[in-house]
Amino acid sequence: MSTGTAQAQSDTGTVCAVRDLVKTYPAVRGRRGAPATPEVRATDGISLDVERGEIFGLLGPNGAGKSTLVRQLTGLMRPDSGSVEVLGHDLVRHPERASRLIGYLGQESTALDELTVSLAAETTGRLRGLHVREARAERDAVLEELGLTELAGRPLKKLSGGQRRLACFAATLVGDRPVLVLDEPTTGMDPVARRAVWAAVDRRRAERGATVLLVTHNVIEAETVLDRVAVLERGRVIACDTPSGLKEKVAGEVRVELMWRERAPLDVPEVAALRPSAQESGRRWVLRLSPDEARAAVAAVTGGAAFAALDDFTLATPSLEDVYLALGGDAANASKGLVKA
Amino acid sequence: MTSIIPARTAPSRTRPRPTGSAARTVPAPLAPRARLLPSLAAVYRAQLSRARVARIPLLFVATFQSVGIMVLMRGVVDGGAEARAVVAGSSVLVVAFVALNLLAQYFGQLRAGGGLDHYATLPVPPAAVVLGAAAAYASFTVPGTVFTAITGSVLFQLPMTHLWVLVAVIPLSGAALAGLGAALGLLAPRQELATLLGQLGMSAALLLGVLPADRLPEPVGWARDLLPSTYGVEALARSFDASPDWGMIGLFLAVCAVVGVLSLAVATWAYRRAAVR
Repeated sequence: MSTGTAQAQSDTGTVCAVRDLVKTYPAVRGRRGAPATPEVRATDGISLDVERGEIFGLLGPNGAGKSTLVRQLTGLMRPDSGSVEVLGHDLVRHPERASRLIGYLGQESTALDELTVSLAAETTGRLRGLHVREARAERDAVLEELGLTELAGRPLKKLSGGQRRLACFAATLVGDRPVLVLDEPTTGMDPVARRAVWAAVDRRRAERGATVLLVTHNVIEAETVLDRVAVLERGRVIACDTPSGLKEKVAGEVRVELMWRERAPLDVPEVAALRPSAQESGRRWVLRLSPDEARAAVAAVTGGAAFAALDDFTLATPSLEDVYLALGGDAANASKGLVKA
Repeated sequence: MTSIIPARTAPSRTRPRPTGSAARTVPAPLAPRARLLPSLAAVYRAQLSRARVARIPLLFVATFQSVGIMVLMRGVVDGGAEARAVVAGSSVLVVAFVALNLLAQYFGQLRAGGGLDHYATLPVPPAAVVLGAAAAYASFTVPGTVFTAITGSVLFQLPMTHLWVLVAVIPLSGAALAGLGAALGLLAPRQELATLLGQLGMSAALLLGVLPADRLPEPVGWARDLLPSTYGVEALARSFDASPDWGMIGLFLAVCAVVGVLSLAVATWAYRRAAVR
């Protein structure tokens, strides 16, 4: 599927401009059973430009400020200061206009859970201002497009997590909007559903020049679908570029993964020497090394005594996760927050 | 996770970066707003369909509770004005259970679970969401209230000639109690508190509505006068008279209507406040 044509035709500038966005959550005093939390700057001077027809990603660990940023873009939350402009409309001054410009897929499905897939899509379309007939026609088209027609009569509650997510995504698409803001759209989906989501996004971009802002945890997905990505940490953008552009920043490194049979043979001196630079998770070690070091490490573990304890190993060029770590991201958070495998 | 459609990334890298001023000159056209009545109808229909999925058991509970109370009270009251009060109170209790208690819980749950975001990111008037949900919950009460009123009339041998007055009692006390329920659910800072307030409201409707008024101590009588369900109960109770005082019935129903308008306005305000923080 070609994704570039629409970009070339309708590349007429910035769709979404964010400037110095700041939002601080006040400190909460501790109560019984609830510990006190200090003041948190959820977005700390964020500036971004998203261009027409782009699939722009926000990547970062839990608590990096992605959802706060998205809530400010969709008019759900007022920033303390800064500006958000979408398609020429000032959304800080007129938050109510966001709903007429943006199709938003949030993380929660509470409002739709007890409806059937079909009624959820139709009702959402009608609340986006469509007439009954238009809403039904668009509902049928979107359900067909996403392969949900067979599930149309089932309540969302009774579906699996991935199917429910897909049904919510369907509701987001009924009632066309030039900008789509999707907060982790493919969570829990199988590969078929994921493919349906990205195909639908691509089609809207190719046919209508839609712009997509995507919050994601999934680095692998980010690498393959995003045009550009902003990496967020503690409310700040620590990098913003294309995935390949970001990866060039750590081009000198190689990622070595070692999988031990039971545990690492620490009695082998070469293995013991690698340990301080390894990120361990159970039997798995991940190392980021220069090419020479990587060669030496592989030679050490594949020859001699260590080989008997080795189950598997891989050498790979760096991923966005490595970029994140190289940029100074918090490794402890990254191992649980950034990548949801 | 291997099958993802590749996106071309090259063009965006070479593209010049305008600073947002280009877009500022010509704002894009906005999609139309959803109008009040069509979106109210859409919300109403969606809420009604939820009954099939989730609410049916509770609707039975509401009815059985009221019928049970009437059976119990049959041993206590001996016909006349007290019997009328019991039947009317039990019937309106079904409305209080569903419209006040369940709706408060629903909005509390919706708010706590982030469900309001869904509506807040659609161009729908707040009144449509609140009124649509309130109307649906008031509609849920119809079968239970009618069943209770008829059962009560049979149990206490009351005339059923004027039961048609339920056509006005259910929507008007429904509006008052659903508005109250929605406002409580949306204003309560926590979900558990919304549930608690809904339950308390229903308990108040039970005690103050079903127990005959002239047996209550004076301060409790004042509380009874403050509770909107009381006026629905009074209107229904008076319709059991051989020749009902339609003026008084109309006055009581008018009180319900005024409370309904006020509480629904408060609920709409509370919704707006809860949706955008």
